[in-house]
Amino acid sequence: MDKMPRWADLFLIPFINLILAFIAAGLVVLAIGQNPLDAIYFMIKGSLGSTSGIGYTLYYATNYIFTGLAVAVAFHARLFNIGGEGQAAVGGVGAAVVLLAVDWPHWTVALPFAILGAASFGAAWAFIPAYLQAKRGSHIVITTIMFNFIAAALLGFLLNGILKNPATQNAETRNFGPGAHLPTAHEMLAPFGIEFSKSAPLNFSFLLALACAFLIWLLIWRTRLGYQIRAFGHNERAANYAGIPAVRITVLAMLISGALAGMLSINVVMGEQERLIKEFVEGAGFVGIAVALMGRSHPFGIVLAAILFGMLTQGGFELLFEMPAISREMVLVIQALIILFTGALDHMVRDPVERIFIRMKNRSA
Amino acid sequence: MDSFLQLILTLDMSIRLSVVLLLACLAGLFSERSGIVDIGLEGKMLIAAFFAAVVAYHSGSAWMGVLAGCAASLVFSMIHGLASITYRGNQLISGVAINFLASGLTVVIGNAWYQKGGQTPTLSGNSRFTAIELPFSRALSDVPVLGPIYSDLISGHNAIVYIAFLVVPLTWWVLFRTRFGLRLRAVGENPASVDTSGISVVRQRYQALIITGILCGIAGAYLSTAQAAGFGREMTAGRGYIALAALIFAKWRPWYAMGACLLFGLLEAISNLYPNINIFGLVTIPVQFTQALPYILTVVILAGFIGKAIPPRAGGEPYVKER
Repeated sequence: MDKMPRWADLFLIPFINLILAFIAAGLVVLAIGQNPLDAIYFMIKGSLGSTSGIGYTLYYATNYIFTGLAVAVAFHARLFNIGGEGQAAVGGVGAAVVLLAVDWPHWTVALPFAILGAASFGAAWAFIPAYLQAKRGSHIVITTIMFNFIAAALLGFLLNGILKNPATQNAETRNFGPGAHLPTAHEMLAPFGIEFSKSAPLNFSFLLALACAFLIWLLIWRTRLGYQIRAFGHNERAANYAGIPAVRITVLAMLISGALAGMLSINVVMGEQERLIKEFVEGAGFVGIAVALMGRSHPFGIVLAAILFGMLTQGGFELLFEMPAISREMVLVIQALIILFTGALDHMVRDPVERIFIRMKNRSA
Repeated sequence: MDSFLQLILTLDMSIRLSVVLLLACLAGLFSERSGIVDIGLEGKMLIAAFFAAVVAYHSGSAWMGVLAGCAASLVFSMIHGLASITYRGNQLISGVAINFLASGLTVVIGNAWYQKGGQTPTLSGNSRFTAIELPFSRALSDVPVLGPIYSDLISGHNAIVYIAFLVVPLTWWVLFRTRFGLRLRAVGENPASVDTSGISVVRQRYQALIITGILCGIAGAYLSTAQAAGFGREMTAGRGYIALAALIFAKWRPWYAMGACLLFGLLEAISNLYPNINIFGLVTIPVQFTQALPYILTVVILAGFIGKAIPPRAGGEPYVKER
């Protein structure tokens, strides 16, 4: 157990992984004849250099906190939920249906119901794969992948059919109306005399995401259900002997996971677009996997990792202006490398580092 | 007769569309039968499609493109091997990373080289695969019923199409009639016993991944140098996942895989040719339903409502040698 100190496991290893990922990404930038240090400079400047940049960074981070938490809760039960993308999309339908159904008087009234809509639809979309895994043994990874595609088709069907705004050609719903408008960072900070960018999409949902992170921490480490989820994830058979019902835990963990993924739509659909459009998830469901891995499935780590990935996303847009030779997809490359080094090639770094610590311990003993 | 020609046209298109699925599905078959779960088929095909188009464009030879595609796909396959065999990492996560890496790299490199939004220059002439006329197809085309079937449906495809369908019996033979195949299936079911008999699990699994890499490479090259005339961003469009679905649908068996891929190819052809199907003026089946059908069918199969799909037993588990 104590091959190395806790800080090394929680910070040193992810840090080394991150550095390796950035070195590999730097090599790609070098290979296409550009300067990687310039690229890093512009990405940091673009993501943190102005209140507009910060606003965008934290807006993306909000998405990634939701999807990262979603992946993490499932991870704790040793379930790999790749379906965040689809659960978020269906969650968006839930939020949109709620927000379109009623002419809301004020956002404080609309928000709880929108959350209910988004979370319950997202959870429902996760329920079927969870149930099939628990009861019929269908591999949850494959079913959630399939459900991503089915969700995309469903969204396309609804937005070209009953939910479509007849006034436009686009596959989108009509606007939600002023009563469903979530306050933006600009509006929230103005009363305190802080001048925050008007154009940035950062909104109230960021606080909601932070609250969710705290609640998930409470759930996982301070409640009986959280204990059961972790026990189940560590050793399914032992958990079974302890009377922890496998079906219940699998389904509950996935319901919470799906609900969190669905809540991404509060930020994007309700907070920013104020209508439901087709491709609003934009891969955030997948980024959640990287965020959860990087954050070691701990809410605090997830918030930090989400901000890092928010910086990458926003920095990538900025990079396009400053260094047109590097496309925005460079961000995808960096994300992929981070997933590869922190997730799949973890032992490549962990084993040598462990050996160093063991050797140091033996010497001091 | 008109509806007959319509049918021939639909089936012809199904064959064209099923080739990519078939090659990718067989690629996945080798990997998964050896116990390595591969959700990175999509990424390997994408990177192969890109480099196939690039090399075919500059060399003027479609076959050079295939080689380049295979090489690129092999590199990715070996990364997957490194992560999932050597470093005993999570195979699913490695697959996800590979898919991301391919969709990012192809656009970044493509844009840097050609400044066309991730596209490669259009291929023409010998840098593309063209149709092969089988013997007598002209002469026989006037024969009723069988004529069009032979000359339109069976003849007139490019070389990779025929190769793909030849790989099916080859795969069956390798897997079920050779020592290599027996060992490959054994490491996918019970690696410990294979290890005890003195055969290297690691080596066997790497060999399987080499085959996977090559087949994904051919599949990718087919996309960009035969089906289309050049690479376009995200041109695999989820086909790697459909292939994965087909693999499950086929219960990890080669001949069934061909059936599943033809079925999914047919569904894609139907959704391309007849977007909204109207049944007797009563119900309209929306195009989205036809598009989602492969995935829905796979979930139904996985749920065990129609037969049971049992994956190779050691799939997804890194093998740790006992000391």
